[in-house]
Amino acid sequence: MSVIYLLISISIIVAIGFFIAFIRAVKTGQYDDDYTPSVRMLFDDELIQSKVEKPKVKSPTTL
Amino acid sequence: MDTQNCFHCGLDIIKEDEIIFDAKNFCCNGCKTVYEIFSLNDLTCYYDFEKSPGATPQEINGKYDFLDNESIVSKLLEFEENSTAIISLSIPHIHCSSCIWILENLQRLQKGISTSQVNFPEKRVRITFNPEVVSIKNIVYLLSSIGYEPYISLENYEMGSNNVDRSLTYKLGVAFFCFGNIMLLSFPEYFEVKEYWLDQYRGFFRWLIFTLALPSFFYSASGYYVSAYKSIKSKMLNIDIPIALGIIVMFIRSTFDIVMDYGSGFFDSLTGLIFFMLLGKMFQIKTYSFLSFERDFKSYFPIAITKINTDASEESVAIYEVQKGDRLLIRNQELIPVDGILISEKAEIDYSFVTGEAIPVTKQSGDKVFAGGKQIGKVIEMEVLHSVSQSYLTQLWSNDVFQKNVEQKHKTITDRISRYFTPILLLIAFSGFVYWIFIDANIAFNVFTAVLIVACPCALALTAPFTFGNVLRILGKQKFYLKNALVIEQLAKVDTIVFDKTGTITANKKSNISYESSPNPSEGGEQKTVETDTNLILIKNALRGSNHPLSRMLYDFLPEMKRLKIDDFEEITGKGIKVKIEGNIIQIGSAEFCVPPLSVSSPSPSGRVGEGNTSVHIKINGVYYGKFIFNNQYRDGLEELFKNLSSKYQIKVLSGDNEGERSVLEKLLPKGTELIFNQKPEEKLEFIKKLQEEGENVMMVGDGLNDAGALAQSNVGISISENVNVFSPACDAILDANEFQKLNYFLKLSKNSITTIKMSFALSLLYNVVGLSFAITGNLLPLVAAIIMPLSTITIVSFVTVMSSYYANKK
Repeated sequence: MSVIYLLISISIIVAIGFFIAFIRAVKTGQYDDDYTPSVRMLFDDELIQSKVEKPKVKSPTTL
Repeated sequence: MDTQNCFHCGLDIIKEDEIIFDAKNFCCNGCKTVYEIFSLNDLTCYYDFEKSPGATPQEINGKYDFLDNESIVSKLLEFEENSTAIISLSIPHIHCSSCIWILENLQRLQKGISTSQVNFPEKRVRITFNPEVVSIKNIVYLLSSIGYEPYISLENYEMGSNNVDRSLTYKLGVAFFCFGNIMLLSFPEYFEVKEYWLDQYRGFFRWLIFTLALPSFFYSASGYYVSAYKSIKSKMLNIDIPIALGIIVMFIRSTFDIVMDYGSGFFDSLTGLIFFMLLGKMFQIKTYSFLSFERDFKSYFPIAITKINTDASEESVAIYEVQKGDRLLIRNQELIPVDGILISEKAEIDYSFVTGEAIPVTKQSGDKVFAGGKQIGKVIEMEVLHSVSQSYLTQLWSNDVFQKNVEQKHKTITDRISRYFTPILLLIAFSGFVYWIFIDANIAFNVFTAVLIVACPCALALTAPFTFGNVLRILGKQKFYLKNALVIEQLAKVDTIVFDKTGTITANKKSNISYESSPNPSEGGEQKTVETDTNLILIKNALRGSNHPLSRMLYDFLPEMKRLKIDDFEEITGKGIKVKIEGNIIQIGSAEFCVPPLSVSSPSPSGRVGEGNTSVHIKINGVYYGKFIFNNQYRDGLEELFKNLSSKYQIKVLSGDNEGERSVLEKLLPKGTELIFNQKPEEKLEFIKKLQEEGENVMMVGDGLNDAGALAQSNVGISISENVNVFSPACDAILDANEFQKLNYFLKLSKNSITTIKMSFALSLLYNVVGLSFAITGNLLPLVAAIIMPLSTITIVSFVTVMSSYYANKK
């Protein structure tokens, strides 16, 4: 049953690994802007879209 | 009516100006050009993310010439090496996902830019480029040409590389790490199973928990110890004292329990509490980082100015290097950065930043010109009298009110409660201790610590951050931006509101223009009027070339007309314009310029319509056609707003203008509104100070630099701004001018949020009473503490969020 020492140490080490990853993420500024990336990831397939939908998308609005 | 919106910027298209290009409608050439640039570079999906996201590009000729100056540029750069440079530019127009997209695709528009990254909340774009291929100036021109003109001011100049304080994020991360792991490890303890193996490893688990609690206790919670220490030192009991006391007692007691093998201690509650409180702090701290509330004169002034050297060569120099005796060249629309003497023959200077008065003043050669004025019209030369730091405006800033520390000014509602909370808590703890010591010393010690632990005002401390954080967000959505949470408390306490007149209750842009035809019918008895189509077309076209603000206003006021070719255009500074169109000579300008001597000598029968009014006279082909009169335009909803406000608040109006508008204002505003005219900036400040000495809580609503002193002196200074991102003086809150009529609603909301806080204080005190009843009887088990703590936190947080949103929706 003393394997529990081993298991818990491993789990703590894994946790610390994630913790270090978090600290590094903060340091490189990933938490400075929490809005833009959420929009940015939607831009991936923009080029294909623009070619196909261009005429349809913009009919000027009438008030 | 078929008004259409511009495909690029979304503004209404005026039929005559409509440009159809590529089957899209545009309101002007500028918008069309931007569209062309985008479509040439395959960037049209700019328009797919958001409808009409763009802005019309502005003329910027010569405005950024200072970017040729190496020393200025190097101060703006964040990083510079041979082939790589990074600059971070603030772009106020950033507002939607299309903006992000186009700005992150800059490399497709301009060679030499390698990457660009937008920080949306701060409205900044960070551009990495190769300075050997493309200069900053080119980049700025590119940005301006697609409608994203960056805002560069002295503030950027001094900033350089900025250090972001991320310690709260670290602390929160550490606290969460400790909290999560400890929670998992304490699970076996909660059920108190008498199981052989669990008993066997109990010591191991407990010591592991102890180790995990250390970083949270020493690092994450450190802010509370510092704050508590400071507050004891300054003899003000704030909420952090019972918090710090609770944390420390909890830690000592738990350590003691583990060492003596009495139990598992309260490390789970301890770390949970630290985590939740830091979370609350984080929530409250999220304000509007793209707005600067501490603006001083620096944010108004350009970074650099054109200096004329002795050999008549021109050079861009940084403003701080300008010295007495230098000769400066000021272009149209440039701000005069220092006090000086005018050398050019004549100048029109718009002092609206300083005095709030929109009509420019004419200065002759040799006159003194003051810093803060904006040059309008031709290029002028001036000689510097004082350096920037000694100019009149800058001196105003050295007034004490600008040095005050806002944090010290007010006591927060939480601090006021905790003044009673702390002594009562200590009293209960000691009386419990004294009662039990006669029965059992061991229990007495337990009770004493349990009281301090359970009463640790976690929920109490969370109430204000979550309520205010939520209200800040709600107000921000309605374009009322507050500097911090304290402002909400201050708003709720206001009893006197002082308004500035020009630019605050009157709109700066839209003037109300009326036409008055020539009073004396010329020979032939026929009344001359400009209100015929041919004449209006002539006037409109003549005005088009003029940059004088009155011309612009009149131009915008007149209906759209056919465009004519202008044969000759002459702007006579201080008088008016003389334009030749298709053989007609049109003169527009001051009375002496246009009015025939005859009618000047005999005062017009209609009389002068109010002293403060400004008018523009018209003369076509030598015949006088009367004048256009500019009246102040009051903001929409002003009357109703004042009516609503006057029932609850004392209202006063201060104005830097003369009394010309008194009768109009008196009619418009509710009775009893005090109107005070001819106020200089210093007098406005004194006025507020006097009110405060009489015990009033004053809210000042103003705009220009002339109100800066009064805004800083008042308990709450609200600055009204047509463009939230650019000009506004130092203040506690910035209100978008279009939302002016909502002021009453904002005040009501802030009052309600204080009520919300009081209600949840009662709720959290209830939890404390329940917890205390456990503690005082000596029954506080770690499990009970572990249940009460998160339960109270979650109910309080959801209660205040629901309540404040409810009040916000209630109009």
